[in-house]
Amino acid sequence: MAGQTDPHISLFSPQEVEFMAEDELVEIVPNMNMEQLNFISGDFGRFIPQIPTKVPLWLAVALKRRGKCSFRPPGWMSVDNLTQILEAERESQSTFQALPFSYVEIARLLFDHAHDDIPDKYMVRSLVEDIRDVRLHKLETNLGSFQGTSAVKISNVSAMEVNIVRPFVRRALEAFYKHDKPEADVDRDTRSSRQQREANNEPRRPLRQR
Amino acid sequence: MGIFKQREREIFDLMASSSEVGGSSADYETMMSTSDVELLKRAWRNEKAAPEILQYEGALVERAKEQIELVEETIEDYVENGKDPLLVSLYQMDLDRTQFLLRSYLRVRLVKIEKFMFHNLKSEEAERRLSEQERVFATKCADDLVKHFEETVLLKLPENYQSVLKQSQISEVDDMVPQPHLDTFVVCRSNNFVSLNLYEEGESPETVEMERGDLYFIRYKIVKGAIESGQIDLI
Repeated sequence: MAGQTDPHISLFSPQEVEFMAEDELVEIVPNMNMEQLNFISGDFGRFIPQIPTKVPLWLAVALKRRGKCSFRPPGWMSVDNLTQILEAERESQSTFQALPFSYVEIARLLFDHAHDDIPDKYMVRSLVEDIRDVRLHKLETNLGSFQGTSAVKISNVSAMEVNIVRPFVRRALEAFYKHDKPEADVDRDTRSSRQQREANNEPRRPLRQR
Repeated sequence: MGIFKQREREIFDLMASSSEVGGSSADYETMMSTSDVELLKRAWRNEKAAPEILQYEGALVERAKEQIELVEETIEDYVENGKDPLLVSLYQMDLDRTQFLLRSYLRVRLVKIEKFMFHNLKSEEAERRLSEQERVFATKCADDLVKHFEETVLLKLPENYQSVLKQSQISEVDDMVPQPHLDTFVVCRSNNFVSLNLYEEGESPETVEMERGDLYFIRYKIVKGAIESGQIDLI
């Protein structure tokens, strides 16, 4: 069902985030012949054995599962690159390293379906997981240091990470904003907040430790 | 065979911008060469993230529907002619994905319409953003709801309290009508360099400047105009 996720939990379900990531192009090496595919989402192919070609991630996974191709892991997923990124993440307390916006989803799908196409797969997987942990931890600690502003810049945060912290940050920022503009808004708020808006004034619980 | 394309499209190079280290995966949203599916995805994302209902993308929905129908027919042909089942299943997958986007887009809008039913019918700006069918739906829904409230509760209350829209005759505005919470914070990404006024007219003129590809948590009201003009996307 093209359903609706409960917006109080998180705006997009993880499956929906993955759905959005699945349009990213990746490189595959087909092992069969197939004509060009004229999809609604675009034209892909032709598929010629041993000739690499770029297709959306969902298509690549579908072909791989049927044994029709192998993956070329993206450049950023090398052990060297990831080790560098991990160190940089650990060093800086407040900035995030630049990673592809959907790196979590891409890495996850590749590990699940194409792990034999990844050189040093255990190393790569553990690096990616470490990077995720460090970044999430950074996000959690940084959240404690907001002041009341109307705009917060979050550079290089990835799609999954945004989705995870979004509900919490939204409520926090809204509370800040409400308290910063007290008088003019009190009347407006009591009249217009008919929907289930939690008027949360208690101190925020920290996010669960993983 | 030949699936007939309604619009000019190119395959934009997501790989180049997203697999290299760099937050430039915003590169793909160049207005010239964006496919309908990308546009639909963008409309769906924006609609999901925005607290109020956005402008109905009538032309886009129509085009998407036509393409879906075309592909459905083609798939039927393929199956009848015994074409390679792999090919058929791949086309089916692409079809399913597009259908999901379209359906979810329409459903998100319906949820919002139901949530802010009376507000949408009262505000001209909001009403303009609905499609014909949505307007019909909203009116019927509102009528049914009013009837239901009146019959079960309102007519049994003392006279001053019988209105659906106001708490009582004394209220000056329609305070029983929930309004979209425009001060909600949303996550957005800019497609261009944009400079926005952080506060309303007459208050401190602080601005925030967004480079292309920056991510921000920001109050919806501030970016509302930029979203409509396509300069900013909600994430």
